[in-house]
Amino acid sequence: METLLNDFSPGLFAVVTILLLALIALMVKFAWKPILNSLEERESGIENALAAAENARKEMQNLQADNEKLIKEARAERDAMMKEAREIRDKMIADAKEDAKEVTASLIEKAQASIEHEKQSALAEIKKNVAELSIGIAESVIKKELSSKKDQLELVEGLLKDVTLN
Amino acid sequence: MYNLIGAGLIVIGAGIGLGQIGGKAMEGIARQPEATGKIQTAMIIIAALLEGLAFGALFLGK
Amino acid sequence: MKIAQKSIKFILIVAVALFTSVNFAAISEKNQDDQNDGGRVNTKEEVEAYILHHIKDSHDFSLFSYTSDEGERKHVGFPLPIILWTSEGLVTFMSSEFHHNDDGHEIVEKGGFKFAKIHSKIYELDKGASEVTFDETHHATNAHKVLDFSITKSVVGVLLIGLLLLFWFSRLARQYKTQKIPTGFARVLEPLVIYVRDEIARPNIGEKHYRRFTGYLLTVFFFIWLLNLAGLTPLGFNVTGQLAVTACLAIFTLVIYSVSGTKGYWMHMIWMPGVPVLIRPVLAIIELAGALLIKPFSLLVRLFANISAGHIVVMSLIAIMFTLKQSLGIVGATGLSLVLSFFITLIEVLVAFLQAYIFTMLSALFIGMAVEDHAEHH
Repeated sequence: METLLNDFSPGLFAVVTILLLALIALMVKFAWKPILNSLEERESGIENALAAAENARKEMQNLQADNEKLIKEARAERDAMMKEAREIRDKMIADAKEDAKEVTASLIEKAQASIEHEKQSALAEIKKNVAELSIGIAESVIKKELSSKKDQLELVEGLLKDVTLN
Repeated sequence: MYNLIGAGLIVIGAGIGLGQIGGKAMEGIARQPEATGKIQTAMIIIAALLEGLAFGALFLGK
Repeated sequence: MKIAQKSIKFILIVAVALFTSVNFAAISEKNQDDQNDGGRVNTKEEVEAYILHHIKDSHDFSLFSYTSDEGERKHVGFPLPIILWTSEGLVTFMSSEFHHNDDGHEIVEKGGFKFAKIHSKIYELDKGASEVTFDETHHATNAHKVLDFSITKSVVGVLLIGLLLLFWFSRLARQYKTQKIPTGFARVLEPLVIYVRDEIARPNIGEKHYRRFTGYLLTVFFFIWLLNLAGLTPLGFNVTGQLAVTACLAIFTLVIYSVSGTKGYWMHMIWMPGVPVLIRPVLAIIELAGALLIKPFSLLVRLFANISAGHIVVMSLIAIMFTLKQSLGIVGATGLSLVLSFFITLIEVLVAFLQAYIFTMLSALFIGMAVEDHAEHH
């Protein structure tokens, strides 16, 4: 302890105190303040940039979600439209079929009716022809003055041969 | 002469203390390797306090 | 142009390094004291005296000394101014007037006073005395110490390191004005600054207050670290191994944490709440002694002792070169000394950083204890 105290130099202590005070003051003014301020500025800048990036990312995510939603909606709409169209088409086809059926049915009916009518008129014609024929035959038979029964029959038969029933 | 004996005693004490600090710190690090930094800092501070004590005693005796 | 400058710088650095390392060898093998064998250090006692002389502050900046062929002691270095505050005012002269004498035989007369230098301390002789007389314990009987404000080697070291710090860090500060990230050497300094701020100041003092003290902590950290490292160079500074310097640093810390201590901190110290009233004065004494004496004392002694011990060990290991010459031979002793001193120097480089770190760390811790808010505990 004694040698230590002997080594202690009050003069050096005073000089170093003054120098250190000056050094601290100068360093704080010319070095630490600007350095620490710049560092803090830089760090806050980096933090801000990070936060901005994070925000941008979130926004991007939102946008993407929006996009997806839009796409989904569009798809749903498209599906709905397709479905509707299909329904309409089906309905149209069904309607058309129905119509066609009705039309054909009526056509057939008409055709049948006309056929029937034709048939009736044909039959009537035939009847008329037959009647005329028979009258003709009968006339010729009568005109020829049929001598024999056999000739009469031959004549009827020959006449009948000429007549084709339609 | 007595100075030297005193110095020896101080060094023995400080050595035991430092050993305890170092050993326990190692155990701590082994148990929780993720806390290595914190343990080391605390270890150095305590070792420094012990060292200050030991040096103080040594120089009081000198 | 730039390349030329750089190469000149490089050559200068190499030259200084070579020069100083040669000088160191010269110092370690030869002594400044005038002795019969030309001042060589051979015996154990001489080595001890030499080492003890060299961890002290010195009034002149000696690089090396040698004995010429004529047997004359030559000293290479430069003198430093001596500034003394005597009983009758300021006296200044150059240290060369002592002619490197360190045992009080060279008397310098200035301004009506007689001065002698004994073991790196300057003594003023009593009136009428013409020579220093010693008692049997080698204490001067007719002289007393004067207040010595000399520019000693330590002061030169402080000045040099201070200027270096100012130069480096103001350049770093200026770089931020033009660019975001520093370039060159400043790029090394920036992470160190961030390290001290984020690892020492911020966690120990706390987010709220650390800004105020970071400047002091940074200054102290780099000051101590660089001075410790300067002590390892062959220039032989031992600034942080001077009690006056470490005491100065410790008292700075003491003043800072005492002045910035909150009311709660002082109340806890003087009148500890929550303990019986009778114990409070006892606690107050212990706490006050701890805060005002033991903390700064441990700070100053730790730094001083570590650095002094480091210097003593390095020099002792170098001294193996000639103390063990007889038993190991020249080659063996030199090799052993070289290997041992090399490794201990490596350890000293670590210690240089560690002590700066610990001093700053403990300062931050003490400041943090003083400024933290005590209110939340009650």
